[in-house]
Amino acid sequence: MDQALKKELSIAACNVRIGAIEGVHCAKSGHPGGSLSAADIIAYLYFKEMNIRPEEPKWEERDRFVLSKGHIAPALYAALANRGYFPVEELKTLRKIGSRLQGHPDMKHIPGVDMSTGSLGQGISAACGMAKAGKLMGKNYRVYAVLGDGEIQEGQVWEAAMFAGHNKLDNLCVVVDNNGLQIDGDVADVCSPYPIDEKFQAFGFHVINIDGHNFDEIEAAFAEARTIKGKPTAIIAKTVKGKGISFMENKASWHGTAPNDEQYEIAMSELKAVLAGLEA
Amino acid sequence: MADTVKIATRESYGKALAELAPQYPNLVVLDADLAGATKTATFQKACPERFIDCGIAEGNMMGIAAGLSTCGMIPFASSFAMFAAGRAFEQIRNSIGYPRNNVKIGATHAGISVGEDGATHQCCEDIALMRTIPGMVIINPCDDIEARAAVKAAVEYVGPVYLRFGRMAAPVLNNPENYHFELGKGITLKDGNDITIVATGLMVAEAVEAGQLLEQKGISARVINIHTIKPLDEELIINAAKETGKIITIEEHSVIGGLGSAVADVVCASCPVPVIKMGVQDVFGYSGPGGDLITKFGLRAANIVETAEKALSK
Repeated sequence: MDQALKKELSIAACNVRIGAIEGVHCAKSGHPGGSLSAADIIAYLYFKEMNIRPEEPKWEERDRFVLSKGHIAPALYAALANRGYFPVEELKTLRKIGSRLQGHPDMKHIPGVDMSTGSLGQGISAACGMAKAGKLMGKNYRVYAVLGDGEIQEGQVWEAAMFAGHNKLDNLCVVVDNNGLQIDGDVADVCSPYPIDEKFQAFGFHVINIDGHNFDEIEAAFAEARTIKGKPTAIIAKTVKGKGISFMENKASWHGTAPNDEQYEIAMSELKAVLAGLEA
Repeated sequence: MADTVKIATRESYGKALAELAPQYPNLVVLDADLAGATKTATFQKACPERFIDCGIAEGNMMGIAAGLSTCGMIPFASSFAMFAAGRAFEQIRNSIGYPRNNVKIGATHAGISVGEDGATHQCCEDIALMRTIPGMVIINPCDDIEARAAVKAAVEYVGPVYLRFGRMAAPVLNNPENYHFELGKGITLKDGNDITIVATGLMVAEAVEAGQLLEQKGISARVINIHTIKPLDEELIINAAKETGKIITIEEHSVIGGLGSAVADVVCASCPVPVIKMGVQDVFGYSGPGGDLITKFGLRAANIVETAEKALSK
């Protein structure tokens, strides 16, 4: 990847992390762990991959994005705000009464949100519907969905996967944020979804395994997905839950807990140091 | 009514979809491996490129429909009421109801008239479940004419709609020459001052017959057909309560949460009068011919007459 682009994307991802932590801290609730693990993928999608118009959120030809793991709304909101869909300052209203930044994404009120999600397993079905609509109407847009590795324990994910494979939805690309942890612990201990890649393969997907924090690999995977015809693509992204904040990394306890004021200060100083380093 | 033409409203559903297809190029129909039974096969035959079989996966089908609707299509997601409203309740609530997606749910084989398949397939809870979803429109047509009109109205309405159809052939009561369907408006089929019978779906024919039988006994019963259970025609119900003082509701559904409950809610708040709820009395159904089950569950015109006489004797 071009170094200037890598720097730009690293800055965008850092801002997504900052925005997500800002929101969760202000709300005193929310889901930081998964927001941080998926931040690089979401940043790549919004700042490089997707054909979108922030000034025209409902542009018919736009690529669609479905956050199937809707609880990491703080990361999505931060990406949307930093991409210009609404003011970054608004991230501080997350989960507050009267805010359009609901605890889980609300397509009726937030510009740029293509589908309301939050109940796990449902977003991927809607993404399949969007992809099918594109095929029926002869449109060229692509559809992206981000799922959690815990989320894929939901049977509906595999109903949707079967539909996507059967309908040869090559305009669909799903990403599994494989951070390895869910609320009750390690996904492998709770109820193992592994092998994830072979499962998607069996459902008719083209599968690509990557490091979900490496922009070279992220770029290559999405580029490869565009070349695949006649089948959907699943990118299995190995990630670190809580990525970017030392005390949150690889800890299931940070799945759905907000940092207190002291923890927030440490988190922000770490992220801002990274940002300063990138911008230097 | 032995000489009346009978058509199952599921047949009307399939035909209406096929008839509307040329006029609405964005209309798509989804099914979950029951196209032959829900009669969406009629649409599939007419318009195969716009028919999507999702296989036996109703939850996913509702999500697919939601996604299609966000891209400007008008999806009709079809299955038996049990697997649409029942199994896929949460998908309907969160992927269709909450975002107000323009999805139509075509639920056939509702109620005990499903017959021989028995309790697992006899959904007497769907109206109750769908009523709890904010903004969900619920239509339960009584015959072929009304069912076709309801499908057209659902296509034209923007927002989620739950349509309830039956398996068993239902007598055609309405005259296509003068029938007019208006979403959310009940229809007074017979005027009367002593008591009101409010019926929906398959029970409308029984209510009409009961009205005639009561007339012969000197009892003036008002008969109202409520095809749209939500939003309910509150004005019509309140006026009936005020003018007749007693109400009987009848539905092929549990008496918990269905038409009877909806009517009672309005009456209690605005004009408290006795509301007697006829329907499935908090029990599961069982196997048997659909028509015989209607009789066994006490949902015939004769049962309505008996209930009315008892109510008026108090």
